[in-house]
Amino acid sequence: MADGMIPGLVRGLATTARSLTRHTHTAEYPDVSPALPPRSRGVIALTEENCTSCMLCARECPDWCIYIDSHKEELPATTPGGRARQRNVLDRFAIDFSLCMYCGICIEVCPFDALHWSPEFEYAEVDIRDLLHEKDRLGAWMATVPAPPALDPGSADPAEVTAAAKPARGSAGAAGAAGAAGGTRGVGLPTRVRRETATATTPPAPTAAPTAQPQPATEAEPATEAAPTTEPAGDQTRVMPAAERTAALPVAERTATLPAAEQTSVLPPADGAEAEQAADEAAAQGDSTQVLPTVSTDEEGRE
Amino acid sequence: MSDLAPWVEVVLRAVAVLAAFLVLPLIVGQTEHKVMAHMQGRLGPMYAGGFHGWAQLVADGVKFVQKEDITPARADRWVFRLAPFVALIPYLVALAVIPLSPTVVGADVDASAVLVLAVIGVGIIGTLMAGWASANKYSLLGAMRAGAQLVSYELPMVLAVASVALAAGSLSLVSIAEAWKPWWLLWQLPGAVVFLVAALAELQRPPFDMPLADSEIVFGAFTEYTGLRFAFFLLAEYAGIVVMSLLFAVLYLGGWSGPFEQWLGWLWTVLKGFLVAVVVIWLRVSWPRMREDQLQRLAWVWLVPMALLQLALTAVGVVVFP
Repeated sequence: MADGMIPGLVRGLATTARSLTRHTHTAEYPDVSPALPPRSRGVIALTEENCTSCMLCARECPDWCIYIDSHKEELPATTPGGRARQRNVLDRFAIDFSLCMYCGICIEVCPFDALHWSPEFEYAEVDIRDLLHEKDRLGAWMATVPAPPALDPGSADPAEVTAAAKPARGSAGAAGAAGAAGGTRGVGLPTRVRRETATATTPPAPTAAPTAQPQPATEAEPATEAAPTTEPAGDQTRVMPAAERTAALPVAERTATLPAAEQTSVLPPADGAEAEQAADEAAAQGDSTQVLPTVSTDEEGRE
Repeated sequence: MSDLAPWVEVVLRAVAVLAAFLVLPLIVGQTEHKVMAHMQGRLGPMYAGGFHGWAQLVADGVKFVQKEDITPARADRWVFRLAPFVALIPYLVALAVIPLSPTVVGADVDASAVLVLAVIGVGIIGTLMAGWASANKYSLLGAMRAGAQLVSYELPMVLAVASVALAAGSLSLVSIAEAWKPWWLLWQLPGAVVFLVAALAELQRPPFDMPLADSEIVFGAFTEYTGLRFAFFLLAEYAGIVVMSLLFAVLYLGGWSGPFEQWLGWLWTVLKGFLVAVVVIWLRVSWPRMREDQLQRLAWVWLVPMALLQLALTAVGVVVFP
């Protein structure tokens, strides 16, 4: 019978009395359908038309719960003298939901958007064997799949839109030349970006003046930011990150940590055409790891 | 009623008491279902009977009837089988003598307060029999705890009732309720508190459910019981709530006295008793179970002195303000 007991008992009574007057939290599920969060993952739906029987989903499935049967069908040539083509025809697509663990890997891996998450969840069966659902049932669930979420403002066009905007394959001459020109220009882009960074980082090496080092970083960053705006969008997305990583990041680290004399040892090939070519390759592969280890090994050597 | 032949009257009264004995505990049980659920932010039973699960306890009763009646192989057969009835019938007798109004009473007995207290004490023998006969250590532990609890809490309870009887100058429940005046609410307040706490303990209701303590001794003395016999033990618990609530209403809340008492009459007693039952449920929901030593300490260190003080206070009041 401690002194703090009576207030605690009264508080307990007050708490239960308060919740008696408030609304309950019970979800009256069968009577009231639950408010599911958007894009709930209830069941896997199939768009049969999109499926090419490529078997990627069936092979990636950790539970091996996807069954696909297909046969090849020969399409006659569309033009006289042309070659007959073959295509896969889906005979059976079934998912055994008694084995499925709802990991969603099949949906992720499908290259043609044939599988989708549906929020539908009321497909329980009395017999576990009835949970093997064929493609007609999987297709019926497509009606419950919500529309894909809107793109972020300012994001790049989806790949389908970009592909549709390209000129048709038939008009070969001019479009092919333009494509080739674009290609060369795209290859030239990292060269230009990389050249500026290379020239920016190399000059301090012979002079060995620490005061001159912050400048290269400020010069290199505007170059990388300004350059892509003049270039085609397709190239921009591919090259930009690599150029930024190779140019801005190591330079900033170097200027912050290293004396200029040691910088020469970091970038031995950073002079002339060879340096340009090496940087080119690194940028084209989008591989910043080629640059970063040199910095880290150098730091170890410094210590 | 007095126009009828004596045996017809006896039968009618017995049937009426039996009906009340079967219906009122179910109402209290259903109230517990719903009140406890809402106090915990739930809805409680919603389907049985169609409207807010009103028939849930009827359905439970049907379920209990269908279950197998098992007697353990090593049990003391007759004692084991008799125990539920020994636990249940005392409350039936007690309900028969508790008046709802001067006229609405199963059997108007002199010194009915003494009779009720004596009979309620018998109920614990059913629990002791069940615990002993089950050949189960949990059952025996539960029964021993129940016995210890009864010994501790019977004394403050009797003292509290003695105080009211002293104030009214009668041992008849009808006379006590008729002598009741509103200012007794204050005068007999300590006694009322002692009675309520002791009644909870006698019924082994939370926070005094150490004899059941399902997290440590399974279900105490009732561990080995199944089917209808188990249901009788549960019915005894809820009949006990009804008896104790009505007794509290008659002893401390004036029974049938209240506004419009000439029309409402016995409904007042039932209403007051129902409110006390709701309080009993409320305490169950709000408070945790007391440990065995805390339980004994509360009885001997707090309740018995409080009841004795109340008795002294009542005696002074009776002598000074006759």
